Amino acid sequence: MADHQAVEKQTLPPNPEKATLDGRNKYLGFWFFLGGETVLFGSLFGTYLGLRGGVVDGPGPADLFHLDLVFIMTMILLTSSLTSVFAVINMKRGNYKGLLMWMWATVALGIAFLGFEIYEFYEYYHAGLGFTTSAFASSFYTLVGTHGAHVAFGVSWITVLLIRYKSTGLTLTNAPKFYTAVLYWHFIDVVWVFIFTVVYLLGIGG
Amino acid sequence: MSSHEDPSAPLQGAPSKNTERKLKNETRTQLISFLLMIFITSMAFISIGSDAVPNGFAIPFILMLAGVQVVLQLYFFMHMNEKGTGWINVMIWSGLFVAALTVGALMFLIGEVKY
Amino acid sequence: MSYAKAQSKNVVWDWLTTVDHKKVGILYLAGGAFFFALGGIEAVLMRIQLMFPDMAIVQAQTFNELLTMHGTTMIFLAAMPLLFGFMNFIIPLQIGARDVAFPFLNALGFWLFFFGGLLLYVSLFTGGAPDAGWTAYVPLSSNSPGQGLDYYVLGLQVSGLGTLIGGINFLVTIINMRAPGMSMMRMPLFTWSSFVASMLILFAFPALTIGLLLLMLERLFGATYFAVDFGGNIIIWQHLFWIFGHPEVYILILPAFGIFSEVIPTFAKKRLFGYSAMVFATLIIGFLGFMVWAHHMFTVGMGPVANAIFAVATMAIAVPTGIKIFNWLLTLWGGRIQFTTANLFALGFIPSFVMGGVTGVMLATSAANYQFHDTYFVVAHFHYVIIGGVVFGLFAAAFYWWPKMFGYRLSETLGKWFFWLFLIGFHMTFFVQHFLGLMGMPRRVASFLPGQGLDAMNFISTIGAFLMSIAFIILLIAIFASTKNRDNVQDPWDGRTLEWTVPTPVPEYNFAQTPLVRDLDPYWYEKHEGDGKIKAAEPLGEIHMPNATVLPVTISAGLIVASFGFIYHVLPLIIGGFIITFGAMFVRSIKEDHGYHIPVDVIKRDKEEGK
Repeated sequence: MADHQAVEKQTLPPNPEKATLDGRNKYLGFWFFLGGETVLFGSLFGTYLGLRGGVVDGPGPADLFHLDLVFIMTMILLTSSLTSVFAVINMKRGNYKGLLMWMWATVALGIAFLGFEIYEFYEYYHAGLGFTTSAFASSFYTLVGTHGAHVAFGVSWITVLLIRYKSTGLTLTNAPKFYTAVLYWHFIDVVWVFIFTVVYLLGIGG
Repeated sequence: MSSHEDPSAPLQGAPSKNTERKLKNETRTQLISFLLMIFITSMAFISIGSDAVPNGFAIPFILMLAGVQVVLQLYFFMHMNEKGTGWINVMIWSGLFVAALTVGALMFLIGEVKY
Repeated sequence: MSYAKAQSKNVVWDWLTTVDHKKVGILYLAGGAFFFALGGIEAVLMRIQLMFPDMAIVQAQTFNELLTMHGTTMIFLAAMPLLFGFMNFIIPLQIGARDVAFPFLNALGFWLFFFGGLLLYVSLFTGGAPDAGWTAYVPLSSNSPGQGLDYYVLGLQVSGLGTLIGGINFLVTIINMRAPGMSMMRMPLFTWSSFVASMLILFAFPALTIGLLLLMLERLFGATYFAVDFGGNIIIWQHLFWIFGHPEVYILILPAFGIFSEVIPTFAKKRLFGYSAMVFATLIIGFLGFMVWAHHMFTVGMGPVANAIFAVATMAIAVPTGIKIFNWLLTLWGGRIQFTTANLFALGFIPSFVMGGVTGVMLATSAANYQFHDTYFVVAHFHYVIIGGVVFGLFAAAFYWWPKMFGYRLSETLGKWFFWLFLIGFHMTFFVQHFLGLMGMPRRVASFLPGQGLDAMNFISTIGAFLMSIAFIILLIAIFASTKNRDNVQDPWDGRTLEWTVPTPVPEYNFAQTPLVRDLDPYWYEKHEGDGKIKAAEPLGEIHMPNATVLPVTISAGLIVASFGFIYHVLPLIIGGFIITFGAMFVRSIKEDHGYHIPVDVIKRDKEEGK
């Protein structure tokens, strides 16, 4: 708030997200949060791996999973990681329009991913895999659902940022916000790498 | 920080030549790592999807590929290779370590097999 | 907001909306003390029930609820918030910072803890508190009738979120906000141990979050992780709980170790012996804290090799802890020791904690553990380490930092009565419990039969609990009766660290000028090598401060509303609560809040008045 000071033009620093103490705090704090999230997802993966044999009378992994669908979802999320990388490169270049454009692309890919995931859950449900069917079902839906919730939160977060800052230009305040949102998005992709490997590929292969 | 800095003023001006060159290199690095990730992912899917690869080989193989891909994400896409990321490396690897312990315990120490 | 506007606020509103780390610290202390008293009352009720055989003061069901609430309260709602109170107030002062890294999140962390705790206690009035022990083992907890366990799950989930936020805040504060010259290896030990404890919070609490999430989904939405007939497995809960639960006890004890490492050098008038060894011992304890959780599960049948590994790892913790004990002793060695109340608690801590440590190594012997498991021996062990370690640390910290925090010194006379009564009461209560356990008295029993040789020792134990209660009442009296001791509060103990350099009461900006740190124990260094004043690292200038905000209370309140919705399956409440929470987060996200600046003349005026 600039109630007793004139608005002064700021020049673009090489790393606008880390140019202020606030920005550096956000950047570091958010990384540490991701360190905690690693354990959070580790616990979910462990639970799933411990319980994935507990299918009882319900369908098991090999009856349900389709590699083609998972492959498409993986490619979508991987590409969205690249678009968010481009967004950050544009931010450092001072090209605000480019930042916004690539972030919108990320949001669009995120929504597409969510759409596939909802379709996937719908299919499984109709194939007889309810949330309470078996320990495998519960732990599968919890793990993949928590990841999906992260995607949904990321999509909404980035959308809020994009609308709020659609015409302000890059500032020392919003640069760390975009940067942390991008970190979060990459982290979602990191988790998905383990999900497609451990849940889907191992589910079909072993 | 000077007290008259306005954090909501738009940032003006172009990046320095040095920054421009760095960003150009970075774009190339990122594209290469992206292509590498696509390749790795495809390899993982193929080794499970095709009948040519025996599962005894495919399973450790895809786990290794996942590890490689995560390191690519962390170190290139998320820039954990840069200077000044010491504490970040400490926290992320500690997190991965605790997560690995958790996964191991929940897979092997749940009373189904006695070790 | 301008400076003038920031100054004119009503008192209640001020405390509800504050983001000042000192006020948040005091809020933590007040909230923690409130729950500490509740947990204490529960403990005394249990001891009264066990005073004589066959007593029927409370029903068995009530007894189960009492023991569950006592454990949960003391760990989550008393010990940790009280430590957080001191950490909040002291850490920024010790590292020469004006505030924490995230003042907003700091306030949010407090309100989440406090509202989560209140939510847990609402269960007393809605037909039964949680009754499955503080560990809430499944299937006892997943099948427990009524809403008690739902309150447990959601109350701890909300307050655990607050703790996680607090932990990240301390980590970033300590890494990013240290004054010039304050390198990591010049940090006071309290800051160091809080740093390591915050790392443990960061990696331990997510496991609890998931454990509680699974239990919630199991109880409220019929998930089947722990239902064996659906392919579930009950050991999953035990692992998740203890992967969190064991680091949790180190989260409690490490800051207490840090407190003793401040108090002992101050009152021995000597530099801490083996500073770097202390730092590395703290780090090693933190690391080993994650390697030993399964020693709580020796009897579930993981197998002999697994048990042996965890037994050895557990015993290894005695090594860094021993390093610390010897360093404290060698700090005292040859010092001019002052027996103030704070130091008495530190001196009382050393033998008391060592006894708890020795029984810890006994329990770590996995074969012998089959005998000790779930007996009063375990109860005696963990009360020796938690009271003899953490609670003594909290009391030492209270007497040590009280003048800086509240502007008056607690009466030393009452303090000494308090210390001796508490020490005697504590040993009387818990020493005999070792033997009760060895004689076969199981923990968590609501009553026992006469003629089994348990009568006398249970009676002694209860008398000890009464002594501790009287001691606690003396502490309360001391707090209210000492308010006249308002002289000599800036540096009453001839302190060594930066918190004693700022005026009392501490100005909202802490340091008019960021201090320049020239050595470990910077104040002591300036007293003896310099002119007794800390050098400034910057010219006097405007100071930037964050604005107060009501959003932290709003976010926390929304989660409580949603929790009630989950507990009673009322969809509108769930939706409404989340709208409040996410709405407030949305406001926080889109409304830029750049704080305000304190003008130079105000700082100058403060400086003249302070001196």
